[in-house]
Amino acid sequence: MLQLVLINLFRNPLRSALTLGSVLVALFLYSSLGAVLDSLQATADSGSRERLATRHAIALTNFLPYDYKDRILSIPGVKRVCTQVWFGGLIGGQRQRITQFAVDDDFWPMYTKDLQIVEWSEPQVAMSVPPDHDPHLAAYHAERTACIVGRGVMKKKGWKLGQTIHLQGTRYRGGWDMTIRGVYVKLPGGSWNEDLILFHNEYLVEKGMGGKPSTGVFKVELSDPSQSAAIATQIDAMFENSDNATKTESEQAFGAGFISMFGNVPFALRVIGLAVVFTILVISANTMVMAVRERTSEIAVLKTLGFTDGAVFGMVVAEAAILTTGGGIAGALLAKFGLQGKPLAFIPAMTITWATVLTAILIAIGLGMVSGFIPAWQASRLRIVDALRRVD
Amino acid sequence: MAWIEVSDLRKVYQRDQQQIPVLDGLSLKIEEGEFVALMGPSGSGKTTLLNLIGGIDSPTSGDISVAGTNIARLSGAELARWRSNTIGYIFQLYNLMPVLTALQNVELPLLLHKMNGAERRKRATFALELVGLGDRLGHYPRQLSGGQEQRVAIARALVSDPKVLLADEPTGDLDRKSGEEVLQLLERLNTEFKKTIVMVTHDPHAAESADRMVHLDKGVLSA
Repeated sequence: MLQLVLINLFRNPLRSALTLGSVLVALFLYSSLGAVLDSLQATADSGSRERLATRHAIALTNFLPYDYKDRILSIPGVKRVCTQVWFGGLIGGQRQRITQFAVDDDFWPMYTKDLQIVEWSEPQVAMSVPPDHDPHLAAYHAERTACIVGRGVMKKKGWKLGQTIHLQGTRYRGGWDMTIRGVYVKLPGGSWNEDLILFHNEYLVEKGMGGKPSTGVFKVELSDPSQSAAIATQIDAMFENSDNATKTESEQAFGAGFISMFGNVPFALRVIGLAVVFTILVISANTMVMAVRERTSEIAVLKTLGFTDGAVFGMVVAEAAILTTGGGIAGALLAKFGLQGKPLAFIPAMTITWATVLTAILIAIGLGMVSGFIPAWQASRLRIVDALRRVD
Repeated sequence: MAWIEVSDLRKVYQRDQQQIPVLDGLSLKIEEGEFVALMGPSGSGKTTLLNLIGGIDSPTSGDISVAGTNIARLSGAELARWRSNTIGYIFQLYNLMPVLTALQNVELPLLLHKMNGAERRKRATFALELVGLGDRLGHYPRQLSGGQEQRVAIARALVSDPKVLLADEPTGDLDRKSGEEVLQLLERLNTEFKKTIVMVTHDPHAAESADRMVHLDKGVLSA
């Protein structure tokens, strides 16, 4: 029976190929849209609930005075505070898709469970490293223009340890040379991805801020994470009546809030995805209706031979399902392996989860079932004598 | 009881508001192993009668018993199963699947029976050899002549060893020579294999191959 279904499927190869191709493209597009959502979600999920992020109450683009750091540190229960400034430089004269952050020295001990230095340069002169710092950062600490680069970026750009890279400032004008003194990887369950360049905040302050330090975000590590809500309230209360009031939330909520800056983009993407799916549903249903109509007399013959209405129904649905599932699997896998890790607009590296791939495949199977249902029902209800069109 | 027994059979087609009676209280008996030709002018109801005997159409009233089963009382699914076991149908226009080879076309009815692929191929090959097309197994219908196509259709009809063969104008679309070959084949199936055959035909010459001729006119038997 399956052989018969397959033979029927390829009796009009061009039409089948075009339908399969349209499903493939649609499910590729759907998976790509899903990938954008996955990537945004991955960003939102990347932070820890046990750390706080303090930013300007008005907008993320407004900066906070650097001396807030000591004042936050003075709050009981705050273990460590680091700064983080988005740099936004261009690499190779093109619109960069590699995120760069200027971080101060407290960044590294705060994220020892998130990032691990796996390649490093040795310092040219012996230099002591603070006790809570990774000793492999010695060369980085010894050099103001040093940077630490994620392994993903190293692979993508083909960079080598010790190489000097050039960034063209956008927000902070001028050319910025940095020397790669270490490569990090993301530890399991850790924040961040491997597509970042991290460099000294002092370098940014000195060259880009005219020596007057300020920061976009303070990350706050707590002695007791259960106190996070109370401490967040305390931090915001401390600066409530100042020119630069703060908004403090968990690092994870901060990530989600960052995503919310894109407004209803996720909603729009879902709507577009559904529209694509609906369009393909109509196309494949039309294809199946045509295919079945062309075979009206053959279906009548099958029934004459003893094929039941159910068998005929199943064969038509199976035909549609195989067609759309084939296209769906191909489209979803093409998206998975074609886009995974690739940059797209504001997303440094696309993430396509297997859940998205599976969803796309299930949608494809569903498409086949639904698009095949009407022609299958018509075929199963077909009266043999009517189909043979002969009343004598 | 006769092998095929039709009692007080009525068939009325509804077209818009109009009722068109095709068979009007027809009764007929055909014995096992008989070869009967149904004859009559166009619109006399002979194909309708054939379709009713074959269980591919349902009567407005009356009973049809074939090989001991009253098919007028079977559900759609039961009728389908009954057809696959009892009836072999030969169409005027052959109605072969154009995308299937001769062998695959003949294998089709066997898909409904429990048997493996090798057994199916063996039986289908035998049926094709029986109709003289053992050397055309891999040919598609477009690669065969009309007479050969009809012989493939006959092989398809008899491959599941049905109790009754129903043929609707089997020579109507063939040249004289091919038609003659098909008639000889049907005669052989009747005499050698004891198949009960009911054949609709306009052609008196074709009807001469049958044991008995039954004439229909305006939905009733005529002399």
